[in-house]
Amino acid sequence: MSEITTGKANLEIFGETLLEEGKKNSNLIVVTSDSRGSGKIVPFGKELPDQIIEVGIAEQNLVGVCSGLAAGGKIVFGVSPASFLTARSLEQIKNDVAYSDQPVTLVGISAGISYGQLGSTHHSLHDYAVLRTINNLTIVSPADNFEASEVIRKAVSFNKPLYIRYGKKPMIDLHKKGSNFEIGKASIICEGNDITIIATGETVQRAFLASRILKEDGVNAEVISMHTIKPFDEDALMKSIKKTNCLISVEEHSIYGGLGECCASLLLQAGYNIKFKILGIPDEYMINGSQGDVLDHYNMSPEKISDISKTLLNQ
Amino acid sequence: MAKNSDYLEKKSLEYRKTVLEIIYNSGAGHTGGSLSCVDILNVLYNNFLEISPKNFSKKNRNRYIQSKGHSVEALYTVLCDQGFFTREELNTLNNFNSHFIGHPTKKVPGIEHNTGALGHGLSVAVGLAIAQKLDKENFKIYTLLGDGELSEGSVWEACSTAHKYKLDNLVVIIDRNKLQITGKTEDVNPIEPLNEKFLSFGFNVKEIDGNNIEELITALEEIPFNTNTPNAIIANTVKGSGVSFIENQISWHHKVPSKEEFEKANLELESRLKSYE
Repeated sequence: MSEITTGKANLEIFGETLLEEGKKNSNLIVVTSDSRGSGKIVPFGKELPDQIIEVGIAEQNLVGVCSGLAAGGKIVFGVSPASFLTARSLEQIKNDVAYSDQPVTLVGISAGISYGQLGSTHHSLHDYAVLRTINNLTIVSPADNFEASEVIRKAVSFNKPLYIRYGKKPMIDLHKKGSNFEIGKASIICEGNDITIIATGETVQRAFLASRILKEDGVNAEVISMHTIKPFDEDALMKSIKKTNCLISVEEHSIYGGLGECCASLLLQAGYNIKFKILGIPDEYMINGSQGDVLDHYNMSPEKISDISKTLLNQ
Repeated sequence: MAKNSDYLEKKSLEYRKTVLEIIYNSGAGHTGGSLSCVDILNVLYNNFLEISPKNFSKKNRNRYIQSKGHSVEALYTVLCDQGFFTREELNTLNNFNSHFIGHPTKKVPGIEHNTGALGHGLSVAVGLAIAQKLDKENFKIYTLLGDGELSEGSVWEACSTAHKYKLDNLVVIIDRNKLQITGKTEDVNPIEPLNEKFLSFGFNVKEIDGNNIEELITALEEIPFNTNTPNAIIANTVKGSGVSFIENQISWHHKVPSKEEFEKANLELESRLKSYE
């Protein structure tokens, strides 16, 4: 098996890429809500002070201001913790960005349970679910540094409402050199015929590590990074399922309304009745702990994913 | 070319007739609020905005965001008069599959932003005003808020940013008709002292009679009231202004006139229009 290399946190890559793009284009404006430290955009603010707007801790206003800047011809990135951005400002996202069709990129930082022990106030386990229901909004959750960087480069000229979700833990490199990234097209991290493990964001590396454990046991898992939650790459899912007839979904999100339920809906409507397990955060008062410990607790460690895969295959 | 106050006063009467006609014919609309703000829209569009179907696609120009989106019938009426669409198109108001619905959408020519949920427009206007500053342009961004809307906390978040970025190109107009759907603003959730509130948020404030054409012209001519500070105009208006039995009546927030009421209102407006012949 090939050697694993660990990159930086996707948020670091986001900050670096945004700075590179900002230097190339003075029309690129970042709006932030006292969140430049956690958003890794301190260097952006220092090097391009005329291209950053600080609104303070006022997320609703942040989204509205982003919309106005976009209406005024700016390429706009609104950067704020995913938990507050997608809950407190949901109405602004719905009306001022999506419904008004303003080409704003909203960047939800420290998403999922990245804030760990800071508790549920700071977690975003609802964002896929609520944002999927909003028309005219693309949702992307990059898995590794490559996807994290590529999505920002694509976002600069995307010209449509876009939400990107970033975690803050260092990620292992999942893509080979020369890989392509396209919003709306899933990335196949490794091919296999026995079981499909579909994941998004920071759980893709866990799916990938599970596939390596499974490989040692002679199980060939196909790992899909479904980085774009909406529009969903239905073809990639169906193509894989036709080979494996068995699916596990893994997401750092509530089990309701996210990646897993999206797969379930598509599969049932396409007439598939396959072996299937949704892994995510259950509907309960969430246990406290670091992101890693919490994901492990809810059966999303590589070992657990591989165990559940084998159980599913043996059913 | 700037229109004189006689011309605009006549326009306001004609606009009021149209507002009532489209609400009456379509069977829905926000009668009271549309009538309270129609003079403001009249003066803005005819004398200050310089927005037309010809320049609407330009990035750098004056803008108008109607944050109190429910008074859309007044906005449709004025935009129709400015040539953005025909009266026949406007007559599809509230029809199935029409873009002319009960709140502004960009599907209707001349509308800048989709509004309707309150407390949103000022932030958008602030973003537009910052964009003008970044482009080293000084076009003005006007936004109209309802007074009931001022209970939304997001309004005051936006005021903070307007002050921080010294947006003297931002003009916030409050349609201070003192009524909202449940009752008097000061009973529902007091918003006074409004003048002091805007002052404390770093605005320059002028308080005028918002149904008086000359006072509107004078105030808008004075923009910016000062350099480096955002502008607020508290336009004291009468909800339902221009029709005696609709004025200051809570029930007319979104009441549709009956045939008898419609005819009676028309008679009132037409008799006043005759004085301009």
